Amino acid sequence: MNLLRFFTRQQSGAAARERLQVLLAHDRASTGDSELVTKLRDEILRAISKHMEVDADKVSVKLERGIPVSTLFVDVEIPHDAEKKAA
Amino acid sequence: MGKVIVVTSGKGGVGKTTSTAALGAALAQTGAKVVVVDFDVGLRNLDLVMGAERRVVYDLVNVIQGEAKLTQALIRDKRVETLFLLPASQTRDKDNLTPEGVERVITALKKAFDWVICDSPAGIERGATLAMRHADVAIVVTNPEVSSVRDSDRIIGLLDSKTLKAENGETMEKHLLLTRYDSARADRGDMLKVDDVLEILSIPLLGIIPESMDVLRASNVGSPVTLADGRSAPAIAYFEAARRLNGEALPVVVPGDKRGLFGKIFGRRAA
Repeated sequence: MNLLRFFTRQQSGAAARERLQVLLAHDRASTGDSELVTKLRDEILRAISKHMEVDADKVSVKLERGIPVSTLFVDVEIPHDAEKKAA
Repeated sequence: MGKVIVVTSGKGGVGKTTSTAALGAALAQTGAKVVVVDFDVGLRNLDLVMGAERRVVYDLVNVIQGEAKLTQALIRDKRVETLFLLPASQTRDKDNLTPEGVERVITALKKAFDWVICDSPAGIERGATLAMRHADVAIVVTNPEVSSVRDSDRIIGLLDSKTLKAENGETMEKHLLLTRYDSARADRGDMLKVDDVLEILSIPLLGIIPESMDVLRASNVGSPVTLADGRSAPAIAYFEAARRLNGEALPVVVPGDKRGLFGKIFGRRAA
């Protein structure tokens, strides 16, 4: 019985790694560099709003830390009739 | 001008104080003038790990509030003459640390020492943010365990936003010190591996300190690991980490499983 458990046991280190990767992606989006990201988000939203109408909830700005560079993800959903409305 | 290092982690009990004492003693043994500063006001422990608990007269709060001079509060180590300790207060709380007071003390220490090593309290509150505020270099102490890695990630975020360096638009130099690493467990797949933690936190590795009885043994007798037994596995790892801090490009070796065949067969270590 014990021998069976020994051979079928999942490796917990891999589970830890996967859980952390998911969790930290979420943590970083909500807390990490939050002030900078909020500022960037507001300014990007303002810049786009000058030219087309966008829903503030449909603008997502994410900063992912890395070495040697970090990546800023900007995801803006633009409705088809946005340009017309702004004009 | 000396360099200011903060030893920080977010999570408690991962080895900040042990690492502060061990690295401080290792750097001082090269002849550099080193002061280790305890920022854990209210729960001081660095004096105990350094074996100087009975020599504390004045502390960091006394100096900040002008009740004692810096020279009165500094305790010279009895084993290494270039190693000093600035203890924390045991009776007061962290509210006694003011940003201006901390700045004054750190500025004075930088002039007199080559290395100023600040032992941060756990958490992300006032004590921890003040300890990291004036740092030139940060050492993030992490255990290969999920909660420690998550807290380290949070601390890295603070280092990149709440420090003077960050506010001045500079980049804080950050190093990962992986402590309590058990290569046998990692090899079995039951512990996060070095590469896992490095990939997740993405800061450069300063060293890997193996899980070892020698760490407890050293703190029992009030001696930094690097002074208690310089040839023990954790001491060697700390000495190498200190050399890397000094700018040496020394490759990091994962501390191997040093148990013999007998140990490998029968040596399932108790937790």
